[in-house]
Amino acid sequence: MTTPGIRAPGGRPRVFIVDDHGLFRSGVRSELGDRVDVVGEAEDVEPAIARIAESLPDVVLLDVHLPGGGGQDVVTALKATHPQVRFLALSASDAPEDVIAVIRAGARGYVTKTISGTDLVDAVRRVAAGDAVFSPRLAGFVLDAFAAIAPAGADRPAVDPELDQLTAREREVLRLIARGYTYKEIARELYISAKTVESHVSSVLRKLQLSTRHQLTRWATERRLA
Amino acid sequence: MMGDVWRRTGPGSRWRAARGQGGAWGWPTADDGAPSPQPWPGHRHFPQHGPGRWMRGPKTSGPLRRNPGDRMVGGVASGVAARLGFDVTVVRIVFVVATLASGFGAAAYVVAWLLVPAAGESGNIASKALSDRRGLALAAGLVPLLILILLIASALGAGWLGSTLGWPLTITAAGLVLIWRNAPEDEQAIMRRLAEPLLGPTGSRRRSRIVLGALTGTVLLVSGLLALLYGRPHGAVLRPLAGVALVVAGIVVLLGPWWLRIARDLMVERQARARAEERADMAARIHDSVLQTLALIQRRADNPQQVVQLARAQERELRSWLFDGRAPGSLDGQVTTLAAGVRLIQQEVEAQHGVSVEAVTVGDCELDDDLAALLAAAREATVNAVKWSGAPVVSLFAEVEPAEVSLFVRDRGRGFDPAAVPADRRGLAESVHARMARRGGSATVRTVQGEGTEVSLTMPRAAGVRQPHRS
Repeated sequence: MTTPGIRAPGGRPRVFIVDDHGLFRSGVRSELGDRVDVVGEAEDVEPAIARIAESLPDVVLLDVHLPGGGGQDVVTALKATHPQVRFLALSASDAPEDVIAVIRAGARGYVTKTISGTDLVDAVRRVAAGDAVFSPRLAGFVLDAFAAIAPAGADRPAVDPELDQLTAREREVLRLIARGYTYKEIARELYISAKTVESHVSSVLRKLQLSTRHQLTRWATERRLA
Repeated sequence: MMGDVWRRTGPGSRWRAARGQGGAWGWPTADDGAPSPQPWPGHRHFPQHGPGRWMRGPKTSGPLRRNPGDRMVGGVASGVAARLGFDVTVVRIVFVVATLASGFGAAAYVVAWLLVPAAGESGNIASKALSDRRGLALAAGLVPLLILILLIASALGAGWLGSTLGWPLTITAAGLVLIWRNAPEDEQAIMRRLAEPLLGPTGSRRRSRIVLGALTGTVLLVSGLLALLYGRPHGAVLRPLAGVALVVAGIVVLLGPWWLRIARDLMVERQARARAEERADMAARIHDSVLQTLALIQRRADNPQQVVQLARAQERELRSWLFDGRAPGSLDGQVTTLAAGVRLIQQEVEAQHGVSVEAVTVGDCELDDDLAALLAAAREATVNAVKWSGAPVVSLFAEVEPAEVSLFVRDRGRGFDPAAVPADRRGLAESVHARMARRGGSATVRTVQGEGTEVSLTMPRAAGVRQPHRS
């Protein structure tokens, strides 16, 4: 994901790092270098909420797992009061249900901790610009989650079919992301513009966040039990 | 959509490509070393039909294709059987009965032979026959022959004979002429073999015996037919019966030796095919294990400790294969589901080669022999990508759908020119293409020099879906 040119308004994006490992925080800090402006860091849910509300960054790099709760608690606490702050989930070992929970809480994307510095900067810029960032793994999780939602039958009328199912095109885009294609490569593959790819991904994100379908929750619960 | 397009461009073309071209696969590079012990071989698979299963065989999706892999004549019956999910013997019996009843069974068979492309061919024989003027003329020449037969038959007071046998006979003969002139080499060979006992006796003694047999048979047949045709008005019940007996005897004398020979030849051919497949399977396993380890040893020659380690591991593996029947690197007891298999590939390749593998799976299902072969092919493709592409990351994506399992191995490395791969590099030809083809799956490789390579593998699913999450 090395598409240049996507930039937060006003130059370098201001970034806040939430992770319980000090070593990892400093690692990310040095990897990001001076390409972004790191305005603060926190190691747990409570201090993170307080300091983010104070420093108002463009993007919060958020660990999915935190000692005092999940990353989604941070998103939930700040979403209503500070809608301009955007979240990018970052995780090493990722249970799908935790990742989906953070995304459903309102994070704009998810990348794995193995991501390269350049790609991470790029992802931060995308999120700062309001786009969604899907790693291959997240694309896989989402396909899985939506596949688990059985098509509405007679016994289970759809609450909102538009939100509960992905379109064929959206699935196609997610599959290509899962196969390791960049947005640009997907655009070329499907003969559409990169902007359209972008909008498909955003639409998937919206469905993921807005779908009230209890199957999504149930999928997560069952994954946890399995 | 592209992705779908190439996944579905017909399993056939690749099947043929994998066997026919025989060749060139493996990422080419000046550096000819190759690490990767512990592959997954596809287990040899003998279909087992339970007691209630003689009617049904495995059902495939996709367009109707003749199956040259299991043919007695043109592979039509086995193609139809595979498409409809019937046992091939049942379909063959239906064809034979239809032929005996009216002759149209044979005609339908020949027409299907003409119109249905063989698995692996894009076009059918009919499309080639259209440009074959002499063949068409010959076939058209059979129409006057039909009229002649009809005339003679009605003159003899047996119009029914002409109308039931004349048309199918003509269609069959015309079709066979066109197939004979336009079919690919191997199908011509089959026709030649079927016709050989009738046409080409060798040696004068055999010739005289055959002439004698043919004469006896013809006399029996003609007298039987005459008894049938003219016996009815005056004769007793016995005469038509005797006629039938004579006709049957005539047919046996005329066609018996021919039939026996065909049956024997078919058996021999089947055995040869089974042996060839067994050999190919074994070659794939040895490539994945022993050859890969030897290459790895060459590459690490400066590190004696590692060399010893590799050699020991390979020895253990080879022993357990040769003496305990455990296939090298087999999944026995290690993993039971597809997702676990993909994870194992990821871990092993990362550990052995130090290149990160990003693995994503959607859905999951139990492993069977087919999917084990898919994993083995995927492993080989991943190892290839890691070894030759030079990319720091290789992406592995597996998706389980109700009808099939797809697996993609993609790298953003240097890519290669398939035409430039030396013929002795068997990695992709044997371990990927042929391995998939033997199980009814397909493999495609898309590569652009300087941009990377993607191997797409698709295996149809035999067993039902195991729902990993009930909804």
